[in-house]
Amino acid sequence: MSLPADPAGGSHWFFRGMRGIFSLPAIILMSAFVGFCGFAVEAGVPFGETVFMTGMIWALPAKVLLVGSILAGASLPAAFITVALSSIRLMPMVAALIPEIRTEKTPTWLLLLLSHFIAITAYVFTMERIRDVPREHRVAFFAGFGITVTGANIVLVAVLYSTVSQLPAMVAGALFFLTPVYFLTSIWASTRERAGRIAMVIGLGLGPLFHQVAPEFDILYAGVVGGTLAFLADRAWKARSAS
Amino acid sequence: MIGYETYDAWWWPYLFIAVAGWLATDIWRWLGVLVGNRLKQDSAALTWVRAVATALLAAVIAKLILYPTGELRNVPVALRLTAAGIGFGAFLLAGKRIWVGIATALALLIGGQFLLA
Repeated sequence: MSLPADPAGGSHWFFRGMRGIFSLPAIILMSAFVGFCGFAVEAGVPFGETVFMTGMIWALPAKVLLVGSILAGASLPAAFITVALSSIRLMPMVAALIPEIRTEKTPTWLLLLLSHFIAITAYVFTMERIRDVPREHRVAFFAGFGITVTGANIVLVAVLYSTVSQLPAMVAGALFFLTPVYFLTSIWASTRERAGRIAMVIGLGLGPLFHQVAPEFDILYAGVVGGTLAFLADRAWKARSAS
Repeated sequence: MIGYETYDAWWWPYLFIAVAGWLATDIWRWLGVLVGNRLKQDSAALTWVRAVATALLAAVIAKLILYPTGELRNVPVALRLTAAGIGFGAFLLAGKRIWVGIATALALLIGGQFLLA
């Protein structure tokens, strides 16, 4: 990535992305990480490993599942499959985000490297703001946000590890509740297309429904079936209003 | 079968986390980059991918509320659903202000527990 020399160049937008650490999404994510840290301590995961998984996995639901697998004494292949299945959702998220941030010249290796910082919060944050960033600086903006937020949460987990167990139960419960409510509102607010809003409503219903039928694949089925239904409904709607 | 506690070496849990955690998540991110690189902006394919991503996230949200982990499990499901539902309603009424939705939902969740206790 070549940084242009003008003041509003790549480094400026990288810094603007970094400032996203003070945004509502980042603050809520950090609260959720306090909740995760408490969960890891309660599960008996040692300090070094908790910090390590914060940086290496980054996606919060995958970490919760991995800790759950460790607690249940799952074998390495079983734990791998559990985490991998739950993380398939990252693929459409990344695939939807990449066309928004890349230019013709962005090298693929850079996108592969930066994709590590994509999880739900980074997705929502970036989709919400990326249209106000000049296209040639979007990768820098995303990198600034993603690297800063990941780094901040690694430090947060490391600092809180020894004291988090003193958190009152009601506060810990509220921290776990913060994440879904934040996702619910912020994804709705950042969805501009009708197809996305239909997908949201159908997904909310299909998630629990598929959980009853196929608990290991519920998220995946709900996503593919719900997303496809929403896409088709939106097309039919468009076709009708066009004719 | 090899598991988390199979070897005593200090590095083994880290290797376990790297394989079952890091590799299991990042392969999907890498595949996403390769797919996303081929998607054209404003194409029907991208609209579909976005709809799938949104439906997936919605399913995650529903599961986090209905089948939570940690302390939230001890809060009655009816209270969780009411707090999330009214919180979302408040968010819409306040002109899609996210903090209004969150503050309402959290106040109901904590207030409701005091009332039920």
